[in-house]
Amino acid sequence: MLSKLYRVTVVTAAAACFAITSLTSLSVSAKGVFQSGPDFYAEVFAPQQGESKVLWLTPEIRTQAAVIVDHPVRGLRIRYHQNTNKTAWILEEIGKEMPITIGVVVEDDVIQQVKILAYRESRGGEVRYPAYTAQYKGAALQEDYRLNQNIDGITGATLSMWAVNKAAALALYYHAVVTESSSTKSSLIKSSATNSPK
Amino acid sequence: MKKQFLATIVGLNITAVAQAATPSMEEMWEMIQQQQGEIATLKEQLRSNDARIQETEVIAEATISAVEQISMAPSASSKTTFGGYGELHYNSLDRDDSASSKDQMDFHRFVMFTGHQFSDDIRFFSELEVEHSIAGEDQPGEVELEQAYIEWDFAGQHSAKAGLFLLPIGIINETHEPNTFYGTERNNVEKNIIPATWWEGGAAIHGEISPGLSYDFAAHSGLYLSSGDYKPRDGRQKVGKAKADDLAFTGRLKYTAIPGLEIAASVQMQQDVHQGEGDAIGGTLFETHVAWQRNDFQLRALYAAWDFDSAINNIMKGADEQTGFYIEPSYRISDKMGLFARYSEYDNLAGSATNTAVEQFDIGLNYWLHPNVVFKMDYQNQDTPTETGYDGINIGVGYSF
Repeated sequence: MLSKLYRVTVVTAAAACFAITSLTSLSVSAKGVFQSGPDFYAEVFAPQQGESKVLWLTPEIRTQAAVIVDHPVRGLRIRYHQNTNKTAWILEEIGKEMPITIGVVVEDDVIQQVKILAYRESRGGEVRYPAYTAQYKGAALQEDYRLNQNIDGITGATLSMWAVNKAAALALYYHAVVTESSSTKSSLIKSSATNSPK
Repeated sequence: MKKQFLATIVGLNITAVAQAATPSMEEMWEMIQQQQGEIATLKEQLRSNDARIQETEVIAEATISAVEQISMAPSASSKTTFGGYGELHYNSLDRDDSASSKDQMDFHRFVMFTGHQFSDDIRFFSELEVEHSIAGEDQPGEVELEQAYIEWDFAGQHSAKAGLFLLPIGIINETHEPNTFYGTERNNVEKNIIPATWWEGGAAIHGEISPGLSYDFAAHSGLYLSSGDYKPRDGRQKVGKAKADDLAFTGRLKYTAIPGLEIAASVQMQQDVHQGEGDAIGGTLFETHVAWQRNDFQLRALYAAWDFDSAINNIMKGADEQTGFYIEPSYRISDKMGLFARYSEYDNLAGSATNTAVEQFDIGLNYWLHPNVVFKMDYQNQDTPTETGYDGINIGVGYSF
């Protein structure tokens, strides 16, 4: 009898928990599209507008990009927006199994902002928190094409963190290519600090 | 006379030249008409070229778009994912009382992951493991299904799953690819107290209460301690015709709002680990841990405790309390290499008055050849009250993809 009562109590509690979480499900979203590409570009360059441009992935760019992200890059071109020396990129990197859509804003060869625009996996979504993405602000590329800042990770979300690291480094590289900064080389900070996946 | 003649000739020549250099009005008109015709032809050619250039641009754009669509569209096969991990261990250990030693080479785990995305909201995931390389009668290993579940994202930040899944307890139970933790062998506390790796069949929900605060709740099959058994690790039924007279329930709260920090606590309740056979013995597991990473420094600490009904003391005195903890600081000295030390203590008879705890100190290093490929080496010093602890070195190689 006690056993039955115990089971009923626990199952009822579980059902209540399920119902409450279902009702509160619209408050925040861990998974899904958080911001559209046009809205991201508009927000980044407001009150001005960025010019929509295309970076063609030449063999040289493709080779270097593949080294940065540790896999071949897909597509023939990358669309981006630019206003003077500020560029905004929307890139996709796979976390564990699904692509994460990552917006990266670069100005004067350093990252101004990283924002997760869409997250599609059921775990590891902590990378979308502003407290996490704020760590990328001010990061630049080292000579080895890695970020020069350490990024504190999230236990159990390592693959998502690696994906964001790669997208951030790739955007910095693309920015250096399209701005042809005096500085494609000089922007690659000489530093022994590293930011490998940890 | 001669001069007059010469002047006349020169004058005639100039006139002739002048007449030849200056076309007549008719000739001028004809030339203008001809040039107008040529200009019109050139204009037409220019228009035609412009049109061709525009047409070429349209064709190029259409071709590029088509190529991009083909090359970037997810194919049917990309909905099905494949992965895995594995680890080979070499142990060279001697028992404190010199009664035995353990020198062995073991391909401890060979695991294959298979997943399938049925739709954006519904997926399947599985983990199939060959443990100790060879399975079969009188063989050291086993073939085990450690995960096989359907997961459904029923709301933006909430998902439910049903099937066979890893329980949300501890640090390594759910994330245990060899490149994600220090030490050749997994820590003894999670292995012997929780007991990791621990999977059960049932249903679970997972979600976010607020950004950085998540919950898990699962109703599932539980432990079954057959006659004479009292350790949780001996009670894992591995969901093979598992006795399910009494279900178990696990809940977890996890806080990850601060980058680099994870704090979590889990509770499991099981009303009868005897599953209706003999005396009913209820058990409650409490586990809490912190994982903190700051720059190159990382600290992991975990505490776990089982509280069983005192009837279990009839099987083994002191088994009503089974506890353990460890603390593991580590430091990444370079991109490739990290050092760690770990102090751990566990006791499956913590309820007894005598000292029955197993203490272990580990120190070693991980060398990541690639973020997903790791070589490990460590030294362990294990002490038990009965001098049966093993000391020595462990070496391993592991990978995941």
